[in-house]
Amino acid sequence: MAESTMKAPKKRIDPVRWARENLFSSWHNTILTLLVGYLIVTSVGPLLNWVLLDANFQGSDPSDCTGAGACWLFINQRLNFFIYGFYPEEFQWRVDIMFGLLALSFAPQFIERFPGRKWLGLFGLTGLPIVGYFLIPGGLFGLEEVQSSKWGGLMLTLILAYIGIIASLPIGTLLALGRRSEMPIIRGLCVVFIEVWRAVPLITVLFMASVMLPLFLPEGMNFEKLARALIGITLWQSAYMAEVIRGGLQAIPRGQYEAASALGLGYWKKMGLIILPQALKLVIPGIVNTFISLFKDTTLVLIIGLFDILGTVQSTVTDPAWQNVAVEGYVFVAFCFWVFCFGISRYSQNLERKLDTGHRT
Amino acid sequence: MKNAKSIAVGAAMLCGVFTASVASAATTLESVKEKGHLQCGVTSGLPGFSQPDDKGNWTGIDVDTCRAVAAAIFGDAKAVEFTPLTAKERFTALQSGEIDMLSRNTTWTLTRDASLGLNFAGVNYYDGQGFLVNKGIGVDDATQLDGATVCIQAGTTTELNLSDYFRAKGMEYKPIVFDTSEQTVQGFASGRCDVLTSDRSQLAALRSKLSDPDSAKILPNTISKEPLGPVVRQGDDQWFNIVKWVLSVQINAEELGVTSANVDDMLKSDNPNIQRLLGTDGDMGAKLGLPADFGAKAIKQVGNYGEMYDRNVGPDTPLGLERGINALWTEGGVMYAPPVR
Repeated sequence: MAESTMKAPKKRIDPVRWARENLFSSWHNTILTLLVGYLIVTSVGPLLNWVLLDANFQGSDPSDCTGAGACWLFINQRLNFFIYGFYPEEFQWRVDIMFGLLALSFAPQFIERFPGRKWLGLFGLTGLPIVGYFLIPGGLFGLEEVQSSKWGGLMLTLILAYIGIIASLPIGTLLALGRRSEMPIIRGLCVVFIEVWRAVPLITVLFMASVMLPLFLPEGMNFEKLARALIGITLWQSAYMAEVIRGGLQAIPRGQYEAASALGLGYWKKMGLIILPQALKLVIPGIVNTFISLFKDTTLVLIIGLFDILGTVQSTVTDPAWQNVAVEGYVFVAFCFWVFCFGISRYSQNLERKLDTGHRT
Repeated sequence: MKNAKSIAVGAAMLCGVFTASVASAATTLESVKEKGHLQCGVTSGLPGFSQPDDKGNWTGIDVDTCRAVAAAIFGDAKAVEFTPLTAKERFTALQSGEIDMLSRNTTWTLTRDASLGLNFAGVNYYDGQGFLVNKGIGVDDATQLDGATVCIQAGTTTELNLSDYFRAKGMEYKPIVFDTSEQTVQGFASGRCDVLTSDRSQLAALRSKLSDPDSAKILPNTISKEPLGPVVRQGDDQWFNIVKWVLSVQINAEELGVTSANVDDMLKSDNPNIQRLLGTDGDMGAKLGLPADFGAKAIKQVGNYGEMYDRNVGPDTPLGLERGINALWTEGGVMYAPPVR
């Protein structure tokens, strides 16, 4: 088919003109440009030297870290511990499978034409936790049992965040619906739940779960610290999620509710088919925001002695055999967190674009 | 206020009831044997005492104390699982039965021994608080520290000991409080304070983290007593005895010259003390509910006290601590174990 309209001419970029317009448009902009330029020139060089040029990557023991640069060798040596914690090496393939499945479920979501993309995503949300439930702790199907006290590192961070995220979304949705319900008892319960859990800091929840709870349980009911922490995180996160989703529910015009009722839909059909799809789409940025903040909040489990990625790093940087590797350790943790949080953020933007049906006026 | 107090008392009694019922349900030894491993609480990372190594294996003197108990019970020093605990959680974890013994750099004090439902089963390291000073300020003794700025780590008893010491001596000081030990060292290195205070066992390691370790020195003064040792729940005397005597056997072994290297030869020894220690004579093990050769197993797999010390905190380790008061009583220290007989 012939193109009937002409494309707008491509804007030519003239660097001198661009700089004059954007960087030196007035005297204060000129000063700012020069200042920032100076800062970049003076800081990038040393930073690059520290991170790459003078850094040590190869070797086998602390004495190989000689240069003035970063000692990445330390990270390299402990990488296994930072990723798997105390998980026995011979069973680490089980965790690797989970990492692989996680990547397989979510990476294709960025590729528009990937076959079966939807199903993979659905598997990631429902099948993955089930597979993980059997694979990681073991004890069934001839798999050797690995106690949860041995889980650690990046793997534990991902488990905490992932379960917190996928469990809090449905619970939060139900709580949000409950809070807007016309039945006073349900509404009351939901309000109390949300307000109580949202009003306490996560650190308090974790402390209660790890220090107080065991005292009130008889011996037989002494379930694992990780499970207690997970339940605490999930309930706490659900309260936040509920309020985000309630924001979306409130943004849906009254006409939508009435129209749905006029079609003769019952409550669940009305919510499931008409209201929630619109409301959830509206609050994707808010939901993702709480996900990202939860992902980072999982580091608080450090204070109850669970070794997430930050915990594993913190427990080893004090090793007297290595000289001052704390900075390298923390930079590594920051980088890992950035990768995952940025990934979540990109995915949500992708989702927003895909679901944008242009209804907004 | 009064109400809150009675609630607290009620809660404490409730806890007491639970721990008591736990203890009567099955002895700790039985439940440990049934599980097939010892569950031991350790720190989440303290050099020389308990810290994960390159491979994620726990190492340290506190860790070895647990391994010795496991070796005595199962004949296998690897039959132990470690639970990393924070300072706040440690006693709850023990009271609630989550762990079987606590070996976590814990100071033996009257309050803890008498009011927490715990028993201290001995001392595996005599520590005390000391000072690291910048050589530039020309101080040789802690009594000359009047008016000094001191770097401390927050939330530890170190803070309390420090203020007690300065008040008792009628001296002034300015505290600068940091959150973690790395930050404390950084503060000292950058010159924000003249003095850094911490447990003596950690001072050498902290000093080695300085870019110029020779610029600082450790003062001879020790301002507090910190006897560190394994802890068990109150109410199970058999278990208390086991933990206490495994440590005592290790100390006695050093005194008698029994090491992990020569223990097999020592089995043929005709010294009655060694025979009782290794179970070739008498029924010492049976009295504790353990196999007769529990001592031999613990020494063979973990070593005597001196080996445990040298391997984890001794002069050849990065911590580089001389034996000092942790030497045997025969060598001028205070390590003295009751006899095995």
